[in-house]
Amino acid sequence: MIAFIIKRTFLMIPQLLLLSVLIFFLAKQMPGDAVTGAFMGKPNVSAEQMEKIRQQHGLNDPWIVQYGRWIGDAIRGDFGQSFVHKQPVTQLLAGRIENTIWLSLATLIVTYLLAIPLGLIAGRWTGGFADQLIVTYNYVSFATPVFVFALLMLYVFGFVLDWFPSGGSVDIRMEEGSMEYMGDKLKHLVLPVLSGSLLLTYSTVQYLRNEIIETKVKDFVKTARAKGVPENVVYNRHILRHSMLPIAAFLGYEITGLIAGSVFIETIFSYPGLGRLFIDSIMARDFTVVTALVLISGAAVIVGTMLSDIILRIVDPRIRLG
Amino acid sequence: MEDNLLTIHKLRTSFLIDGEFHRAVDGVSLTIHRNEVVAIVGESGCGKSALALSIMGLHPKERTRIEGSVEFQGQNLLQLSTAKLNQIRGKQLAMIFQDPMTALHPLLTVGRQIKEVMDVHLPLSTKEKKQRVLQLLEQVGIQTSAQVYQHYPHELSGGMRQRVLIAMALACDPVLLIADEPTTALDVTIQAQIMELMKELQQQSQAGILLITHDLGVVAEMADRVAVMYAGEIVELATVHELFHHPLHPYTRSLLHSLPSGQQQKLHVIDGMVPAIERLKRSGCRFAPRIPWISNELHEDDPVLREIAPGHYVRCTCHQHFYLPADRIGDETDAPFTAT
Ligand SMILES: Nc1ncnc2c1ncn2[C@@H]1O[C@H](COP(=O)(O)OP(=O)(O)OP(=O)(O)O)[C@@H](O)[C@H]1O
Ligand code: SF4
Ligand SMILES: [Mg+2]
Repeated sequence: MIAFIIKRTFLMIPQLLLLSVLIFFLAKQMPGDAVTGAFMGKPNVSAEQMEKIRQQHGLNDPWIVQYGRWIGDAIRGDFGQSFVHKQPVTQLLAGRIENTIWLSLATLIVTYLLAIPLGLIAGRWTGGFADQLIVTYNYVSFATPVFVFALLMLYVFGFVLDWFPSGGSVDIRMEEGSMEYMGDKLKHLVLPVLSGSLLLTYSTVQYLRNEIIETKVKDFVKTARAKGVPENVVYNRHILRHSMLPIAAFLGYEITGLIAGSVFIETIFSYPGLGRLFIDSIMARDFTVVTALVLISGAAVIVGTMLSDIILRIVDPRIRLG
Repeated sequence: MEDNLLTIHKLRTSFLIDGEFHRAVDGVSLTIHRNEVVAIVGESGCGKSALALSIMGLHPKERTRIEGSVEFQGQNLLQLSTAKLNQIRGKQLAMIFQDPMTALHPLLTVGRQIKEVMDVHLPLSTKEKKQRVLQLLEQVGIQTSAQVYQHYPHELSGGMRQRVLIAMALACDPVLLIADEPTTALDVTIQAQIMELMKELQQQSQAGILLITHDLGVVAEMADRVAVMYAGEIVELATVHELFHHPLHPYTRSLLHSLPSGQQQKLHVIDGMVPAIERLKRSGCRFAPRIPWISNELHEDDPVLREIAPGHYVRCTCHQHFYLPADRIGDETDAPFTAT
């Protein structure tokens, strides 16, 4: 198992390298560059001056040199300067990465906490009243666009009822590290997390429901019943364990989906995370930041896939030894 | 009777197919005594598994209708709640399934799966349970019990898995064991080993066994009495000796003639197959379509099971007129034989 994890980790190196080359070229392909972006809307800077700045920043070097410089810096954690914010990209990312990780993690946990019981109920009592309700909920959440739902949540619970803060990640008056600070952070998470997970559950619920319907007619379930195992245990141990397999394996990929989803949620709730930074940076053509963010999310996808592989090995003994 | 273990009375099991109920088991009555091995034989699809699962209460409730009664130790199993039934299943009444490849949970260790039976039924400590699992594994011929305890099913061969399932069934010393084709999915050499093991264990434990099979060789080896099933009904019921020496029902005779044996030159092949339950005709003799060389006047309208000799029951009155085509070849007297 340990050997596999090490092997699997090394496998990521070529993947990450390929990703970085790809991103580097895509970034180069974009119309305009950091310099045009930085002086956008400033007509008093002449083309010659711009060219001079390009020369200074090495933007006219051969691509391999530029790539080498860029990746070398990136590995050392230096993603260059943001032309818009006039500060190192790394500094810009620092707090935001943390925020996005909290948001994603909380969304993931809440999603599973909701989806697993719902999927289990729907799959166990197929066609029953609860199942019909759950299936309806699934259709609705599948059809509702994230931003519409998030705006609705924001309006109802943030403004009308004013139960939860409507933006930010923590009240600036809070003292960092205190209990209140943590509590306030959680309070700021409630709306974005609920908006994300209430809509995200449908795929997991639907998946689990189908898995359970398929699993409950399997021979080993008959064996369990023939042993006299109580019906609740038959479902919660034998059937659920088997049905959770593909879902557990999907966990890593789910993280990928969350990164994409965070763009909407963070923008709507003005939550200072990577997603919102991404949108803002694209709007401002802040390419160093955009490139760093694409690289980070690409790397997250690769790590997520690796996690999925490892989790699948842990939960499925048939793969473990294969 | 005192030593009746299981009394099945007019059991009828119907499945919901396309909005209608169709009978897979149709009026089966059968008794199993203490320490007795009763075999049920019949082709694929004749309702053997449907019968076994009805006794165990393992059919999906929404799509199944079960009528009649199954008396086990003074209780009608068909009327028990699932919770009540669970106190009996795995304890006094155990089952071994047809396919050892799919009958074990792929994600739980063998040891844990056997131990679970005791978790449900026996007031033992964890240590005692483990001890007993190891002992059971050895009893079914697995010497490396400590390793196998830790193994997952996919790490074991088919024969080993069937041994594990047998160990599981024996965990609480059942008085009645239902074995649904316990060897069909295994290699021929392994089949013999498993049957040998079953026989040995039966003699030790004195449990009654309902042995489902379509292997008449196994029947001759193991059983005391045999019920021959066709299309959901018992067509003949007799002791093994009686059935092999005086088979009466045309279906039984066809089956016996399809067995390879020393003197016999030609094997009889029963044409066609058991009709699907939704296409089964309900009047007249169900086997008649498969013996077309027997003229229609000879068939009975609605044959019932009659006791023809003590303990020998046959669902057929016109069996005297029956013959197999192979018997008549070269016999010129009359040759109505046109069947292919
Ligand atoms: N749950 C079910 N729903 C619908 N039809 C069923 C169901 N179970 C069995 N049947 C049908 O009932 C008939 C008898 O099936 P059964 O499985 O009892 O046969 P069998 O004698 O055990 O055959 P085999 O030797 O292949 O195991 C078949 O026609 C089968 O298609
Ligand atoms: S001889 Fe008559 S009763 Fe007997 S099996 Fe044939 S048709 Fe049925
Ligand atoms: Mg069967």
